[in-house]
Amino acid sequence: MKKEFVRGLRDGAPIMAGYFAVSFSFGILAVQGGLSVLQAALTSLTNVTSAGQFAGLQIIVAGGTILEMILTQLIINLRYALMSLSLSQKLDEGVTFWQRLVIAFANTDEIFAVAMSHAGSLKFPYMVGLQILPIFGWTAGTALGAAAGNILPAALTSALGVALYGMFIAVVVPAARRARPVLAAALLAIAVSCVLDVLNLSAGVSIIICTVAVSALMAVLHPVEEGDAQ
Amino acid sequence: MTWCYIAVMAIVTYLIRALPLTLIHGKIQNKWIRSFLYYVPYVCLSAMTFPAIFTATQSVWSAVAGVVVALVLAYFDRGLVVVAAGACAAVFVVEHLMPLFG
Repeated sequence: MKKEFVRGLRDGAPIMAGYFAVSFSFGILAVQGGLSVLQAALTSLTNVTSAGQFAGLQIIVAGGTILEMILTQLIINLRYALMSLSLSQKLDEGVTFWQRLVIAFANTDEIFAVAMSHAGSLKFPYMVGLQILPIFGWTAGTALGAAAGNILPAALTSALGVALYGMFIAVVVPAARRARPVLAAALLAIAVSCVLDVLNLSAGVSIIICTVAVSALMAVLHPVEEGDAQ
Repeated sequence: MTWCYIAVMAIVTYLIRALPLTLIHGKIQNKWIRSFLYYVPYVCLSAMTFPAIFTATQSVWSAVAGVVVALVLAYFDRGLVVVAAGACAAVFVVEHLMPLFG
């Protein structure tokens, strides 16, 4: 039991390091958008997701509606449903319903990726160990970015502002290089996003429209086969 | 109001993660839904990055530098941390070089 937990901690440590840097820039952006340090940190602690928080922040700043927030979170974080689904197939048979509720909390892109590459079935102590350090790194980095972002020179905050975008590019590009349909989807998304940007819609609405329209179109034009989907 | 937004975000995000893990047993059979979900992260992340990244820094040129460096590093599979750090470094360097060229 203890061995599984420690192994999880070890696998989670590099994720914590990466999250710390990226969440630092989320903290900066959150404070710039009018959130307090506590609000920024609690957003990270309770959400543990980059893209969703980033889009959510844009809605908060723009004063969007709650419905807009719900739809945006639903669309942007829909991929986690698929990941949780895959994860459920790999969980050890001994993992209870309540333990599944705990494991679901921080099923992020990176934690999911590491968990799925773990040899054998996933036990509860391993999953808890794997998630603890990244959650801490994500929250602490946000708090520090929110608190210290104000005293950093403008040039540094400007530079850190692209960290999240850099992470998004790091997710899309390698996948686009390996699979032509992903490249097509990404380019189409950029084109649609740029057109919607000209129309001056709120950020949440244009992300929803773009994601649903382009993903739906690509699913028709180029459906994925069983083995490709993760 | 901000707390309300944050609570909604947290609840929706958690439910998305928790429901499939606890309720659904077995694989999604519908090919179109599977395909749709497959494309969602890439489409969504691309749409969020462009064109927003070009207005995220003090100058559009430093942003362009950040994009180029991120694309190159990502193409060579450098991982999330290196790509993000590289983009930040490019923005920082260009914003410091620009005053030199007036």
